[in-house]
Amino acid sequence: MTSGRVRILLPGVLRDDAGGVSELGVEVVAATTLRGVLDAATRTCPRLDVRMRDETGALRRHVNVFVNGEDVRRGAGLETPVDAGAVVHVLPAVSGG
Amino acid sequence: MTSTVVAVGTRKGLWLARSDNRRDWVVEGPQFLMREVPSIGVVPRPEGVRLIAGFRSEHWGPTMLHSDDLGASWHERPDAAAITFPDDTGAALARVWQVTADPHDPDVVWAGTEPHALWRSADGGASFELVRGLWDHPHRPLWGEGFGGGAIHTILPDPQDADRMLVAMSTGGVYATTDGGATWQPRNKGIEARYVPDPFPEFGQCVHKVARDPATPSRLYLQCHHGVYRSDDDAGSWQSIADGLPTDFGFTVLTHPRRGGSLWLVPVMADSERIPPGGQLQLQHSDDAGDTWQTQGQGLPHPSYTCVLRDAAAIDTHDQAGLYVGTRNGDVFASTDEGASFTRIIEQLPDVLCVRVAVVP
Repeated sequence: MTSGRVRILLPGVLRDDAGGVSELGVEVVAATTLRGVLDAATRTCPRLDVRMRDETGALRRHVNVFVNGEDVRRGAGLETPVDAGAVVHVLPAVSGG
Repeated sequence: MTSTVVAVGTRKGLWLARSDNRRDWVVEGPQFLMREVPSIGVVPRPEGVRLIAGFRSEHWGPTMLHSDDLGASWHERPDAAAITFPDDTGAALARVWQVTADPHDPDVVWAGTEPHALWRSADGGASFELVRGLWDHPHRPLWGEGFGGGAIHTILPDPQDADRMLVAMSTGGVYATTDGGATWQPRNKGIEARYVPDPFPEFGQCVHKVARDPATPSRLYLQCHHGVYRSDDDAGSWQSIADGLPTDFGFTVLTHPRRGGSLWLVPVMADSERIPPGGQLQLQHSDDAGDTWQTQGQGLPHPSYTCVLRDAAAIDTHDQAGLYVGTRNGDVFASTDEGASFTRIIEQLPDVLCVRVAVVP
């Protein structure tokens, strides 16, 4: 792969936890995974990480993450490969009452 | 002039009711709309009361926030979660069920969580450390879950001895430490469990709530999943005090802030019929440590088919104590005459999960 940027698009409700922005960028220089991208993206905003993943590192049950439009739960989860140029969407699942 | 602040945690947010006379209430909210608020702690500190609350989003998980201005503004640690299970446990916080001030040290705060764990903060609730002595208890893998989940929901520090404490959990029962949390022993002798083959197991009871007598701290009152009990020996043994009650089921028990032997229950018909007895929302009050009971609650609705959860009732510290009761159908009732009569101070909220009250200058 070539090095480059990965865009992470966040829902508005997480903006405060991401330092006031709705999009984060991560530079990748080698083959990486969704886990690596999220680790890098939340290094300076740890509370954003707590919102998306519990302390075991698992994605929260009602947080959906898509890599280039594909739901990672239907694939390799946090081990989903992420290449330069990828777009990661973080979205709340349909839940609650 | 004192002010009374009632904090109401619901399934979908936090509301506050404030009053200078306990007759006229100003209701504020919702705050944190769509976030569940299962626990609120009132923590006295030298500079004033701190409120510490557990929150849980269906999407974004659990967290804790605190307020030093009686709920006007809330603050969350930016750098880390206040409660984080250590890596070696393999566990993740699901919900904070209880926040309790320590009577010996204003910087110490206790929290009870789901999964079953007890936590100690030494910095006023900013960060908590897992109490390993209880987490490592050999019984822990055998503790079960009630309908609401498996959690430590009751924390009773001994006001006379900082090394002694009781906790209660659903299911599991009562456990006590006498060495500052290093070791814990089950304290369920005499508490009946009707949902397992052995009616008097060492542990495993679905204890719903325990309250301590203010005048005689070794005296305790316990509302079980069927069964109401008193202990006169710091939970060494329990005796039924259910005679005279319309039912022995319910979730909460309150004691007077100063007067010994004075307690309140909010009875629920049965585990298979979770409505007030006879459809009359009511309290059962005893002024003789449970030997006799009086029905209270003039002004509470009839017919009523709601329910009051284990932490959805509170008592204040005024000379004539006030009681506050929140229901699953979103009403909050207040009494300024120790339960004799109630008025509705908030209505049409989501399910009320917890009610706490602070009296401040």
